[in-house]
Amino acid sequence: MSDITDPLTQEFQAPSPREMLKQRAKGHLGLLTGLGIVGLLALVAIFAPLLAPHDPYAQSLMTRMEPPVFLGGDWDHPLGTDHLGRDYLSRLIYGARVSLMIGAIAALISGVIGTTMGVAAGYFGGKVDAFVTFLINVRLAMPVVLVALAVVAILGGSLTVVICVLGLLLWDRFAVVMRASTLQISRRDYIAAARAVGASTPRILLTEIMPNIFNNLIVVITLEMAHAILLEATLSFLGLGVQPPTPSWGLMVSEGKNMMLFEPWLVLIPGAVLFVLVLAINLMGDGLRDVTAPENRS
Amino acid sequence: MSDAILKLDQVKKTYTIKQGLFGARKPLTAVNDVTLSLEKGEVLGLVGESGCGKSTLAKLLLGLEKPTSGQVLVEGKELHGLDRRALASRLQPIFQDPYSSLNPRKSIYDLISLPLRVHGVGDRASQRKAVKDILEVVGLPQRVMNTYPSQMSGGQRQRVAIARALVMRPEIVICDEPTSALDVSVQSQILNLLAHLRRDFGLTYLFISHDLAVVEHLATRVAVMYLGRIVEEAPVADLFERPRHPYTRALLSSVLTPEPGKGVPETSLGTAYPNPINPPSGCAFHPRCPLATAHCKQVAPRPVDTEGGRVECHLHDPESPMYQKDAA
Ligand SMILES: Nc1ncnc2c1ncn2[C@@H]1O[C@H](COP(=O)(O)OP(=O)(O)OP(=O)(O)O)[C@@H](O)[C@H]1O
Ligand SMILES: [Mg+2]
Repeated sequence: MSDITDPLTQEFQAPSPREMLKQRAKGHLGLLTGLGIVGLLALVAIFAPLLAPHDPYAQSLMTRMEPPVFLGGDWDHPLGTDHLGRDYLSRLIYGARVSLMIGAIAALISGVIGTTMGVAAGYFGGKVDAFVTFLINVRLAMPVVLVALAVVAILGGSLTVVICVLGLLLWDRFAVVMRASTLQISRRDYIAAARAVGASTPRILLTEIMPNIFNNLIVVITLEMAHAILLEATLSFLGLGVQPPTPSWGLMVSEGKNMMLFEPWLVLIPGAVLFVLVLAINLMGDGLRDVTAPENRS
Repeated sequence: MSDAILKLDQVKKTYTIKQGLFGARKPLTAVNDVTLSLEKGEVLGLVGESGCGKSTLAKLLLGLEKPTSGQVLVEGKELHGLDRRALASRLQPIFQDPYSSLNPRKSIYDLISLPLRVHGVGDRASQRKAVKDILEVVGLPQRVMNTYPSQMSGGQRQRVAIARALVMRPEIVICDEPTSALDVSVQSQILNLLAHLRRDFGLTYLFISHDLAVVEHLATRVAVMYLGRIVEEAPVADLFERPRHPYTRALLSSVLTPEPGKGVPETSLGTAYPNPINPPSGCAFHPRCPLATAHCKQVAPRPVDTEGGRVECHLHDPESPMYQKDAA
């Protein structure tokens, strides 16, 4: 019983899904740019103590508000100093740590919560689904910024509080997307086949469903990371996020805003870095969606 | 009927359908009081139009759906009381669409060895050997083991699905339209393969199809399904020679047209398939039946035993006013 037209008996071999993924990723400019920038900033954050020219907390009242080199400053402080004489470049470098840490940990916490809820709702359906949908609706009815402000105002702002508040608030998109993807995958016959073989529910969830919704998960992770980073900056700007003297980009914008008309770079530099990071993360997410989507369809 | 290894006893499956956002919930009876048994070694063909409940019946037999009422019995024991895994080693499905029945993220080796791994059969080496053996049985070269479903044609995928179903050497295979998603040229290869496997492994099949020509080729007994009910059941030769139910006759006449294998042409059946949410009164087939009378509209026919089978039609019920001794 051998097919004459069997493509596998010929020497031609179609590329495997992984190879095709690699190929598409290599040709995607947005994805590569995003990955490059995020990777670079992650390295900067990790090696901050080696890269920063000064102690980001060291104040020097003698050298306050020195301009960056491109505005006539000297190379001792390449990006100048702030109103307390702290080196702006060093604060920026340490600020990358705060932003990326908050983005990553908050996305991780909300990802675990939202994925668990969404996958359970999509797979089990019925009452579980009704309950999760109710929770999602309750959560969507709450304005994130207001709730975060209220909680931080009560508990006091700190890195830990901000991470926890954001992690516990940003799971809604995970739950919505994971629920829909799971619902779609659960209807496939290979899930029925796995059940007919006697595979346990955890096994089906982990080895049959998760690998097929993972690409959607990655995309949501990037979106929520960017979201968390922006929210941290917002909270810090309003004075209810990370507390001084911790170097945070949102806080730097906030501290610089009084001087904005005279020394606009105090606001523009952290603002621009924040913009670039969020843009890069979004490019990465969009790229990942583009690269993984065609496979998802087949 | 004594050695039935799989039996449906007055099984009913009702889904609740919600129409629209604020629509009322309505019951849809996909399988309606079906009694059907599968005997060891036979190939029971199950035919019927799309939406008549064939796949739902298959899912009930596989234990993937729970009956709303009635019982599914495996050698006389209630299926839902049985160990899921013990059941899995005796009963395996082959699905219609090999594009949906194989996980695209898994290699062919992982797909076929899944049953062995779930049941912890043997060590890695013996699992590998089992996969190699079964690949040979279904006519695939060994080196497909490291490829993925997306690299295969539909016919090859269906062979992988067959290999997965047979790797644990089950007794019963439920084939839910295993060839209807394939090219005509590949269909006969898969059908021949299934016929060979049945002989070599002594399998029992429930073979679902909407195509009577396919069933004639493979089945030993045929059950005809209409709107959730089995309207006629007979040995294959008998059914093709002497169809009793008017629906069976309509199906047969469509097969005997010059274009076999094209499914069921609507022409011989007139009006369209009824909506299962609002089934017709009396005999569900009466709106499309050329022989229907007022009696058929009001009274549902009861099942009547025939030689080697059963039929649900007033024309064949001696106690019905419509009985015709030699209904032809
Ligand atoms: N999970 C479900 N929820 C609601 N209704 C369902 C569900 N599964 C099937 N149905 C309905 O039950 C009826 C029978 O469906 P089933 O899939 O068993 O038909 P089928 O005979 O296999 O059709 P086909 O030949 O198209 O595969 C259909 O009207 C279908 O809409
Ligand atoms: Mg079906």
